[in-house]
Amino acid sequence: MVPLAYYLIVSALLFCLGVLGVLTRRNSIVIFMSIELMLNAANLGFVAFSHFLGGLDGQLFVFFIMVVAAAEVTVGLAVIVALYRNWDTIFADRIHLLKG
Amino acid sequence: MEQVMSSINLSAIAPELILVVCSLLILLIQSFAPIRLKGWYGYVSLIGVVGAVAVVLTQPQSFELRAIEYSFNGMWVVDNYCRFFKLIFLLGTGLTILISIKYLDNEAMQHGEYYALIIFATLGMMIMSSGAELITIFLGVELMSISLYVLAGYTRNRMISNEAALKYFLLGSFATCFLLYGIALIYGSTGTTSIPAIAKFIAGAGFGGPTIVMGMALLVIGFGFKTASVPFHMWAPDVYEGAPAPVTAFMSAGPKAAAFAAFARIFMEALPSLQTNWTMLIWVMAVLTMSVGNVIALVQENIKRMLAYSSIAHAGYVLVAFLSAGERGISSILYYMLAYTCMNIGAFAVITVLAGKGEQRVRIADFRGLGYRHPIAALAMTLFLFSLAGIPPTGGFMGKFYIFSAAIKEGFVGLAIIGVINSVVSVYYYLRVTVAMYMQAPDTAAEKEIPVTVFSPALVIAIFISAYGVLSLGLFPSTYLAMVKLSFLTLL
Repeated sequence: MVPLAYYLIVSALLFCLGVLGVLTRRNSIVIFMSIELMLNAANLGFVAFSHFLGGLDGQLFVFFIMVVAAAEVTVGLAVIVALYRNWDTIFADRIHLLKG
Repeated sequence: MEQVMSSINLSAIAPELILVVCSLLILLIQSFAPIRLKGWYGYVSLIGVVGAVAVVLTQPQSFELRAIEYSFNGMWVVDNYCRFFKLIFLLGTGLTILISIKYLDNEAMQHGEYYALIIFATLGMMIMSSGAELITIFLGVELMSISLYVLAGYTRNRMISNEAALKYFLLGSFATCFLLYGIALIYGSTGTTSIPAIAKFIAGAGFGGPTIVMGMALLVIGFGFKTASVPFHMWAPDVYEGAPAPVTAFMSAGPKAAAFAAFARIFMEALPSLQTNWTMLIWVMAVLTMSVGNVIALVQENIKRMLAYSSIAHAGYVLVAFLSAGERGISSILYYMLAYTCMNIGAFAVITVLAGKGEQRVRIADFRGLGYRHPIAALAMTLFLFSLAGIPPTGGFMGKFYIFSAAIKEGFVGLAIIGVINSVVSVYYYLRVTVAMYMQAPDTAAEKEIPVTVFSPALVIAIFISAYGVLSLGLFPSTYLAMVKLSFLTLL
């Protein structure tokens, strides 16, 4: 059997890749994909812990996270579409009415 | 203190059920009723909010006995702490709805979805404050956040609003991932997501090991984002400036209080054994939050942006109370959040009406001469700004007084001194607006041609309620204090 540590390393790697993507990419949709990657890293962590602890709480949590992620995708894409209509771009570095 | 455990108990979630029914009703009216009923969405949602307040006040759990009732197999808890927070959220929501009605008329965007989303966000906050499980709290956070992402971009034809929504959405969901990963690590090291069970596990096992400390640190990051604490505050000024003014008012009060409610419940009830670990982290965060918020607010020209930085600074004061923990700390958080809700939404109510169509006039310079054009509005604005600055006899002063005295009694003298210095610095930028209103005449011809602003009855009521709240919290604190003292976390 694959030990727990392996799953956790993969999950931590995925999470770090997601953070890296959010911090370095400029396309809103790619940033958003990186965020989804981070969510899935958390999911993997939950499932691995759940399996090794022998409880179902973690797997239950993953279902909730998936549903929430789906809702977030809906809202996020709608926000990006509304933005594109006015701005004609989805590149985060060209969206700069607000200084910050 | 008595504790009751039951599986399904609808009376425990009655206020939430009322809000769900109310917002679904608004969506149905919007779809099926004739278009001339448009003006009534706001009032229907107000009825829902008032109903929820009535139910929160009359829930069977007695306020004096400080009963704690767990239901839904320990996923949901009703205690005085969450009931007090729910009253704060509902107050914020009610005031926001009152100031939104006229605003949406002016912008020609009177749609039912707006009120439904406001109520869904409130529902999320109430779930956050009542969650006794990390799952419940997570779902509350997300319900609140997703509704707020949409609300920030509600005026979808305004480029600035689109930008605010995108920034809020990307950074908000980024923060959610940290929160989730933190929860995953805590689950992994304790084997449970129930708050009392986590506390029991850590107390039994002694120190929880590095995994749980890392999980705790990730939770601090997640909640730091949601409460807009430095260094996780970057989104707040942009979002507050870009979002429609009533939404900014809403976002700056309720969701912040909700984030603190869940933050405090998790840290005080589930992770009290790690207090030495999180005290250091949060000490630094509190100092940074107060200082950065106040110093950057000094140089802002846009009043919404200035109030955004001021709201960051106020989160810093609440973090000071958070550090004091215990009975005094928690009750001063409750008192401060109540005062903050009144004064901040009051200030935004005045801004909403003076900004005019399309929010053209939101610079501090646009407030010049307001004291002569609209004496009563200027007087109300002055009251709210004085309260935000912490000048007696207002609620803001009493709130700060309780926070800093709690900090000194718990041994955080240095922190209290830094807080008081910050509070003095903040007087400068609040008084700048007052000076503009009373001591500067509108100088250019363009500024003189400001059309007469129309106050709607709902807006006047909102300003009146906020002013009443600010004054009575400052003049008669004992009534509120008695309630607050009964409401701190009973598991401590």
